[in-house]
Amino acid sequence: MYRYDEFDAAMVADRVAQFRYQVERRLKGELTEDEFKPLRLKNGLYLQLHAYMLRIAIPYGTLSTRQVRMLAHIARKYDRGYGHFTTRQNLQFHWPKLVDVPDILADLASVEMHCIQTSGNCIRNVTADQFAGAVAGEVEDPRILSEIVRQWSTFHPEFSYLPRKFKIAVSGTVEDRAAIKFHDIGIEIIKNDAGEVGYRVFVGGGMGRTPYVGLEIGRFVAREDILAYLEACMRVYNEYGRRDNIYKARVKILAHQLGADEFRRQADLEFAEIKKAGTLQVPAEELARIAAYFAPPAFETLPDVSPEFDAALADKDFANWAKTNLTPHRVPGYAIVTISLKEIGATPGDATADQLDAAAQLMDDFGYDEIRVTHEQNLVLPHVRKKDLPALFARLQTLGLATANAGLITDIICCPGLDYCDLANARSIPIAQQIQKRFADLERQHDLGEIKIKMSGCINACGHHHAGHIGILGVDKKGVEFYQIQLGGSGAEDASVGEIMGPGFGKDEIVDAIERVVDAYVKLRKPYERLLDTYRRVGMVPFKNMVYQEQTHAAY
Amino acid sequence: MATPVSQMLTANRLRDGDVLYWKAGGWVLTLPEGEVFDDPKAADAALAAAAAFVQGNEVVAPYLFDVRVDARGIHPVKEREIIRAAGPSVRSDLGKQAAHV
Amino acid sequence: MPLIKNGAFAADPFVFVPDGKAFPEDTGVMVTLARFQSERENLFAHHSPVGVRLAPAENPEVLKGDLPRIAAIAIEFPIFRDGRGFSWARLLRTRLGYTGEIRAIGHFLYDQLAFMARVGFDAFEVRQDFRIEDFTRAMGEMHYVYQPSADGKKTIRDLRAVK
Repeated sequence: MYRYDEFDAAMVADRVAQFRYQVERRLKGELTEDEFKPLRLKNGLYLQLHAYMLRIAIPYGTLSTRQVRMLAHIARKYDRGYGHFTTRQNLQFHWPKLVDVPDILADLASVEMHCIQTSGNCIRNVTADQFAGAVAGEVEDPRILSEIVRQWSTFHPEFSYLPRKFKIAVSGTVEDRAAIKFHDIGIEIIKNDAGEVGYRVFVGGGMGRTPYVGLEIGRFVAREDILAYLEACMRVYNEYGRRDNIYKARVKILAHQLGADEFRRQADLEFAEIKKAGTLQVPAEELARIAAYFAPPAFETLPDVSPEFDAALADKDFANWAKTNLTPHRVPGYAIVTISLKEIGATPGDATADQLDAAAQLMDDFGYDEIRVTHEQNLVLPHVRKKDLPALFARLQTLGLATANAGLITDIICCPGLDYCDLANARSIPIAQQIQKRFADLERQHDLGEIKIKMSGCINACGHHHAGHIGILGVDKKGVEFYQIQLGGSGAEDASVGEIMGPGFGKDEIVDAIERVVDAYVKLRKPYERLLDTYRRVGMVPFKNMVYQEQTHAAY
Repeated sequence: MATPVSQMLTANRLRDGDVLYWKAGGWVLTLPEGEVFDDPKAADAALAAAAAFVQGNEVVAPYLFDVRVDARGIHPVKEREIIRAAGPSVRSDLGKQAAHV
Repeated sequence: MPLIKNGAFAADPFVFVPDGKAFPEDTGVMVTLARFQSERENLFAHHSPVGVRLAPAENPEVLKGDLPRIAAIAIEFPIFRDGRGFSWARLLRTRLGYTGEIRAIGHFLYDQLAFMARVGFDAFEVRQDFRIEDFTRAMGEMHYVYQPSADGKKTIRDLRAVK
């Protein structure tokens, strides 16, 4: 993974000193809260319902052992002993004190971490496929481009006061595990007919009040041109994005209002000028230099079949876990392991300091010193020898990290919601927990297959509910928590925005309603058909009828 | 017959983000200790007085919110304020509710 | 309002003359874009130096042909979070090759000064109580830069290449 040189280290150190000075001025009253707020947001510091919240950047979701141990340390020393992994591969602490944050940033800097631009109207953390470098079919490790974009976007003098936040994601495979089409800019790494690697650039995807799937703007951007192209898109947005209405200020509004052709035309004009000036070209040597950081570990030459693994399948728990939480690795004898942070009844995406320290040990023992955070709030050990899987599983079981539900209905994406968040309209975590408990039976979960439930406590959609096969949105209906169901969303390469099913449900009804959706699926499905595909085949009407009819019958 | 709505005043402490409730010209840490305003004029006066603590860089974002009072105690009208006063509903070991365990 | 130019407080050779008001004698004048476009030749003939004030939505491209004769262009920040001025300044300084004064006016924060200097601002109308030490400090907070901008400062990539 990327290692800081003296320049990267100096950037982060300067930033810590800068923020320390900003906090000093704030406490002395030389800055008002209105003046301080954008500055603290640019270091990921929010004021939430109970306390401040600090969002730590995890570039393209990749962490080293040392970094995970430091996160555990910070959780214990400055917070309440746990952290929350987010849908942008970041980590949040929910109880830091303002006066401690400069010291927290200094501790983070000591392990090459920071909170830079994890909030504010600037370019945010660049996210990427959590299976980068491990999965088959990858055109190129998306973290290489992600690191190049990270450096270009950090403290960008022209694009730090955008109309609104800006999120970029990168995928290196046709299968999109980074939800690139729901980002302000999504980049797919592809090959042209000549076999050259280049980038397909989507602009204007997004969630929130007005969800959109991104428009293809750059059909094939050459590698050396990518920063010039991104700069062109950013400039069009900074100059012409709406600033009159916070709900219309994302680039998705501009892009869809102009249309793909006109946005592309404006971006191309700008791109031509930038390319001509030449200062943003990415020479092949630079690409190679960054790529070297992401060179794969020294894999052993192993047979793909592992007798230890095969023997362990006799244990039902291990077999169930292997069925859902393992993904084939491109190297024979290895596997990609998904560690679910969705234990039934726990808070989705949370990890205790003890679990983080234990994960660090697992990274050391089995994982080539690397772990990934997924945008679905789970963790991934990307390179594990198959023969080590039984021992790894046994350790995960002792840590509450062996839940065998990756991709199943209880693997719910869930924002913190009204239990934590100042912006929320309704609680999300207890609903997710109740849904998990309702569907806890693993056999039933396997029968239901892949179902992605995504839940947000407000329209800001941090839980990505628009991209859920089943999406749930918490709203405030006359002061009471209320929940709307959407169906048919997808954050993968077949991106689609979910459709609202109908009238919402109270907090005592929503779990039953979700069960009726699932029952409808079971009635309607063809063999081996996922819920998403059943919905796409039959449409909303049959689902809606069954959910609301059953509700009426139940009332008698 | 619904109990009439009263008000309380809350803010966050600047230096550590802790939730505070107004009482008699100052701040306390828990809602049950806080001052209830039956008279909207008194509530507005307290909000105005809180401005001095904002100027003094002690608190941020003071605001009034609705409560109902009965024999059992003070009950915020909005779920948000119930949660803010107690702590996350999913973690009884966190927030102000934990201090009373 | 106090003016900082080239890192120090400086006298302001301009008076901003609102639309419709008469021009004062013997002083540089700064006018809105609309007024400049309608009274251009009169301005250049009778007043020196001449400056143009741009509102946030006004693209400086329209001044292209006149740039050699415009001594200063003021770009307005109605509120600190309206960052269009950063793009306009950069455009003026790099692509349009403007060598005159680019002045930041309106509402902006100490913490934006370094970015403003990078994109081409070299003059700043600041609050009455602004201290020059703060300006110097703002300029020095970050030692290095990742990306090229109008200031021509060597980027980290340039510095790495030399090593």
